[in-house]
Amino acid sequence: MSSQAKAISLRIAQTIPVLLGVVIISFVLTRALPGDPAAYFAGVMADANSIEATREALGLDKPMIQQFFLYVGDMLQGDLGRSISTGRPVATDLAERLPASLELTLTALVLSCLIAVPLGIWAAVRQGSWVDHLCRVLVTAGVSLPTFFTGVLLIYVFYYLLGWAPSPLGRLDFLYLSPPRVTGFYLIDSLLARDMEVFFASLRQLALPGITLGLFTLAPIARMTRAAMLTALSSDYLRTARAAGLGPRKVLYGYAFRNALLPVVTTLGMVFSFVLGANVLVEKVFAWPGIGSYAVEALVASDYAAVQGFVLAMALLFVFLNLLIDLSYALIDPRIGFTEK
Amino acid sequence: MLSIKNLAVDFRTRRGTVEAVRGISFDVAAGETLGIVGESGSGKSVTSYALMRILDAGGRISAGDVVYGGMDLRRAHERDMRDIRGREISMIFQNPRAALNPIRKVGRQIEDVLRQHGRATRQDAREKAIRALEDVRIADAEARYEAYPFELSGGMCQRIVIAVALACDPRLLIADEPTTGLDITTQKAVMDLSRDLIRARGMSSILITHDLGLAAEYCDRLAVMKDGEIVETGLAAEVFANPCHSYTVQLVAATPRPGVHVRDLLPARARSPLPPHEVGQGALVAVRGLTKTYAGKSGPVHAVRGIDFDLLEGQSVGLAGESGCGKSTTSEMLVRLLDPTAGTILFEGEDIGGVPADAFTRDKRRGAIQMVFQDATDSLNPRHTARNAIAEPLRRLGGMKAAERDSRIVELADLTGLPGRLLDRFPHQLSGGQKARVGIARAIALDPKFLILDEPTAALDVSIQAVVLNLLADLRARLGMTYLFVSHDLNVVRLLCDHVIVMKAGEIVENGPVSRVMTAPSHPYTRALLSAAPTSCDSLSRTEAAE
Repeated sequence: MSSQAKAISLRIAQTIPVLLGVVIISFVLTRALPGDPAAYFAGVMADANSIEATREALGLDKPMIQQFFLYVGDMLQGDLGRSISTGRPVATDLAERLPASLELTLTALVLSCLIAVPLGIWAAVRQGSWVDHLCRVLVTAGVSLPTFFTGVLLIYVFYYLLGWAPSPLGRLDFLYLSPPRVTGFYLIDSLLARDMEVFFASLRQLALPGITLGLFTLAPIARMTRAAMLTALSSDYLRTARAAGLGPRKVLYGYAFRNALLPVVTTLGMVFSFVLGANVLVEKVFAWPGIGSYAVEALVASDYAAVQGFVLAMALLFVFLNLLIDLSYALIDPRIGFTEK
Repeated sequence: MLSIKNLAVDFRTRRGTVEAVRGISFDVAAGETLGIVGESGSGKSVTSYALMRILDAGGRISAGDVVYGGMDLRRAHERDMRDIRGREISMIFQNPRAALNPIRKVGRQIEDVLRQHGRATRQDAREKAIRALEDVRIADAEARYEAYPFELSGGMCQRIVIAVALACDPRLLIADEPTTGLDITTQKAVMDLSRDLIRARGMSSILITHDLGLAAEYCDRLAVMKDGEIVETGLAAEVFANPCHSYTVQLVAATPRPGVHVRDLLPARARSPLPPHEVGQGALVAVRGLTKTYAGKSGPVHAVRGIDFDLLEGQSVGLAGESGCGKSTTSEMLVRLLDPTAGTILFEGEDIGGVPADAFTRDKRRGAIQMVFQDATDSLNPRHTARNAIAEPLRRLGGMKAAERDSRIVELADLTGLPGRLLDRFPHQLSGGQKARVGIARAIALDPKFLILDEPTAALDVSIQAVVLNLLADLRARLGMTYLFVSHDLNVVRLLCDHVIVMKAGEIVENGPVSRVMTAPSHPYTRALLSAAPTSCDSLSRTEAAE
């Protein structure tokens, strides 16, 4: 086994205690939530006896420790329990809703990167010019306008006034059938099924929420790209490169941008994890059947299994994402080795 | 070959236009090496950036002509300039590790230049880059091609920078402080290498440096710059031996060299007699078997390997050696900021090595052992005024009342020659020399018996260094302090110290009175250190002696 592979497996092994901690904390925290799920699900008209019966049916009458081990045992077999509010297995719910959120978040991030990174580079190269000011205005607008506001504004303009956008109701207009499920990403699935009509339909649905979220994530990425590029542009090695007569393209992309990439990737990772959890507002505004709105509904209902499943899924995602970021660091920067930790 | 006439450069800043270079003229003939000497802020680096047209944003050539081989560089198109840079004129820089792209293989960086100027194709670039590495005498060039700058030593990085600069056989090489930050033996190796390459290829060069001795040894002609103007030009030996302009006289005098006393560094009118300091018989500090071992990635790192020495009361001892020799680790253990792995540090007969560094901050002997740090700027809190910086130890350890403290601060400022009106300024509003004074005032605030000076003048210009060294000599006589002067430069150590300890790889290789170590060193390493210093200094001291 090469040292690189060993280092990577070590890095992956480090995630195990994190996951263990997440399982315990999510279990304890959901139990600590105010509200009695038995009373909630027994209904408004229930008396003490029927509440007790519901409690027994939900397995909430057993001691905490026993509940925990039952939960862990089921989880290891891939059973995350059954959501009481939807009545379906939590695993099924998540498998359906997580891709919806991921599709939205990834689209937004790709969109904002496509704009923010060139904008940041440009603003740094032409510091003080109109591009720089435009960058500043966009960044300020991006952070100061809440997503539910921009979302509603976009709906008002593009759906209500102009009629360009389809009705903001979920991932696909009811005229279309969702594509055969492969990845759960409608855009990819429809392409796989060679159904361009559905592809464009889902793209149209995705446009407004994607732009809303993209505007929000634009700010930190553009800001960081500009700052990192400014640092790189004023560095000694860039002066060496210029003194050696290297062309502007080589200087800018081969030398400056590659060095500036590291903080940008860090920011990207942070923004992604943040947005995935925080896009519940956008999902609500656009009736997007994502994981954020699912979690909020579950939380309100004290739906233990669903909340736990959500927290676990997010934790897994974060751990995976951090792993990915660490690996890409090592790819970008030879100075970073895994063994240093 | 290169002709500069009335060159003026200014920078537009928020506070208006700053003239960095004010109408200078000089020529560089084919095969000639010109030295541009000056202290920080004299405009010597800006001159070179201007003629390469790589000034930072806001800078521009406001007047004058730069003509290279019949071509007007000031008005040349940017595209033509790119062809000139690297192929006709190239540059090497100070701080070589930062001057290389940190995340690109060094071989690749050489290839970039070769391919930019059409000297190599995709097929033979690697081969040619390896040959360029061999030209700068890098052993095992094939393996080094794959290295990243962080994997190489400072001297090795500077060789790579030279390889990048010389890859396309330029006609003129501009070296901007090429050895600042390198050890003295490395400095000699790098300078000798670049001189040999320049001669072998019949190139011209410009050496920009603050070090007169270095310039005198490696240059044919010198131009001395001050405040953006050239105050004196002439043959190197001539300028050094027989300076005409008063600034050059002062600069030559301030350069530490064999055979002079600390007072000789000052301008003639400021040379008061040096007050004597008394050296007692008893040992103030006795170090026995001092060891520091760090846990490294690949096994333990032995920074200090069981050293013994004594510091007598009132004595000034120099601790010299190159980077990585363990001198800083030793001084940090003595000042009790770092815990030794083994060994004892007896201070006035008591072992202070056993007191953990964390606990020593509350020890009653904390005030008796103080330190002056290397970088006067970084060691002052940027949000504290000079007064606050000096008051800090008095407040924490002195237990003085406010009124008493204020009068003590004024007294200290007076002792260190810091004008009282500067006390309420922040570090960024003070000059390098003034910051050094604040650092010294802070260190002596509690009347320490033992003062550790960690390269206190390394970041200062020579004329400021001369003043600070003299201040330290005066304070020693006045307050009866014992000094441990840590420095990489034996010529500076010699000026202030009675005794020298030379360290190498965590061990003491030489320990003796300054006069013997400097004239008849017993260890080959000490001899190597002494002979690596620019030799023109010797010729200068000889000329002085002859007069």
